[in-house]
Amino acid sequence: MPEIEVVAQTAKEQTGATGRHFVRFTREQRYLHAVLFTTFLGLAATGLVMRFSESFWARKFAAGVGGFGAILFFHKFCALVLTIAFLIHVKEIFTRGVMNREKGIFWGPTSMVGNWKDVKDLFGHMRWFLGLGPKPQFERYAYWEKFDYWAVFWGMVVIGFSGYAMWFAPFFAHFLPGWALNAVLVIHSEEGLLAILFIFSIHFVNTHLRPDSYPMDMVIFTGVESEEEFKQKRPLEYERLAAKGKLESRLGIAAPVWLLNFSKVVGFTAIVIGLTLLVLTLTAYFS
Amino acid sequence: MTDAAGHSIAVNGQTFNASVHGSLGCTACHADIKGYPHPDKIAPVECSTCHADQASQLKGSVHADSKEHPCTSCHGNAHEIFPKTDARSAVYPLNVPRTCGNCHSNGGMAGKHGLPSVYPNYIDSIHGFALSKEGLLVAANCQSCHGSHHILSRTNPDSSTYKANIPRTCGNCHAKINADYQQGVHGKAIAKGDLNAPVCSDCHTAHAILQPTEAEFRMQSTPICGNCHKDKFSTYRDTFHSQLGSLGGYVETARCWDCHGAHDVRPANDPESPINQANLVKTCGRCHAGANLSFVQYQPHANARDRKLNPGLYFVRLFMNLLLISVLTFFVIHTILWLVRSRYSQMKNRANGGNHA
Repeated sequence: MPEIEVVAQTAKEQTGATGRHFVRFTREQRYLHAVLFTTFLGLAATGLVMRFSESFWARKFAAGVGGFGAILFFHKFCALVLTIAFLIHVKEIFTRGVMNREKGIFWGPTSMVGNWKDVKDLFGHMRWFLGLGPKPQFERYAYWEKFDYWAVFWGMVVIGFSGYAMWFAPFFAHFLPGWALNAVLVIHSEEGLLAILFIFSIHFVNTHLRPDSYPMDMVIFTGVESEEEFKQKRPLEYERLAAKGKLESRLGIAAPVWLLNFSKVVGFTAIVIGLTLLVLTLTAYFS
Repeated sequence: MTDAAGHSIAVNGQTFNASVHGSLGCTACHADIKGYPHPDKIAPVECSTCHADQASQLKGSVHADSKEHPCTSCHGNAHEIFPKTDARSAVYPLNVPRTCGNCHSNGGMAGKHGLPSVYPNYIDSIHGFALSKEGLLVAANCQSCHGSHHILSRTNPDSSTYKANIPRTCGNCHAKINADYQQGVHGKAIAKGDLNAPVCSDCHTAHAILQPTEAEFRMQSTPICGNCHKDKFSTYRDTFHSQLGSLGGYVETARCWDCHGAHDVRPANDPESPINQANLVKTCGRCHAGANLSFVQYQPHANARDRKLNPGLYFVRLFMNLLLISVLTFFVIHTILWLVRSRYSQMKNRANGGNHA
């Protein structure tokens, strides 16, 4: 239905252009996501070449970028950058949650930590999928967003630890049993594969490609979303803020056109690279 | 000057006099020519009259058919034959490959008998390079391995290129390597008559022999060991050594012989084997600086699919696979249902005039 699509798009843009905008992500959080996905794409591209080194595209890719040395170097470089970003994030959580005792970091409606409502939302959402109940109302972070967050968090710990164990194997051998040196490659490659398959299919669709956000949810790039979108996607958070009269404190400025365009280019590039890697992975896996 | 059939019968007296047969008169070979004019039909020259030993060797060889392989096909013009130590000779070491290559190359006589074109392989090999580029007289040329007059098929147990004889043939020059080889499991098996064990040419090939430090050799040789050691090759391919190694180019990651040794491959319980428990720190340490006793517990041939052999690894792999499959299965279903439902309610909203995008 292309005509309906166009009408809906214009309507959305109009409400966005005239209405108020609210901040969802801080500048630091957006930068963190940018570092996360650029290094992840780099790690995935080089990691897949090593994992499926016997496939036809791996050798061509390796020859094209200067051999396995270049691939391994780039993989380790991205890993280091991502590790630093991860540590900065952990330090910030620690400072905000433990040092400053900021409310809402570890529990409550704004926390990333799962709670009973998430379980109810999951089942409620599934019932709604099947037309058996109403659509659940979400808070600041919905259950699938929390899953994304913790999957990446756990993934970075597991992939990071197993990666460093291989990189500095003689050192890690001081306190790991012998067979663990074998296991780290299995863990690293399986968890990496899971991360790649998950991000390039589930996360892309859930967050960006589903009809409510299609073709891309710009909020992670611009940090702001329209009042309309806020209300529709996270009614509970909107109502909570409105009830406390705190909505104004979250007011933001609509993203300038250059930022929107820049974000679109970056975002689409990431999606195209991701989908390409997904196809290559699947062909290598099933051939 | 031509004969009745139109063939030139001119002989360059000067060159002939300088040749190895220069002291002989014409009739020493052309024995049936007694006077002039010569008879219309003269008998072919029989080299065997003098060279009886060579003729009898030739008789039992692959080149026995004297019509297809007259002496001159290798030794060149009958009136310009020089000793093999003379650079003008067709069988001077530096000229041998070209002489044999006349037939044993693309478009040569060999094709007629279904023989491979070996000349291009040889000439690009380390031997061919040493001979043709460096002019090393000691570099192996065709006859160093195959002999000259008594060349036998490699299927003949008396042949110098019969599988069991190859270590000795190569060992004529590579004496130390042959001595090492005889100490290894492969050499011992061959000596016992087990022809399944590899000899030099199985790994290095016969003609296109590469420098073993070259990327191409490192790429091609591991699957060769894998031809027999199938299970070890399969478990090797699961490792990081193999994953990086098969990317091509010069890759340092360990290949079979980097750990097992190349020529004197010994069983792990042999104290002299590089993979003997006592030598592992040193062997692994050649690449992995800081390798220690705990590090060498790593199993380069661990099998994550074998529960009895590698239980820890088996369960780690099982857990990771279950995690991967369950997470993906759940979310694929979740996402598909969600997509369908969102699209459905979007359409319904629009039909009702709503503007929820």
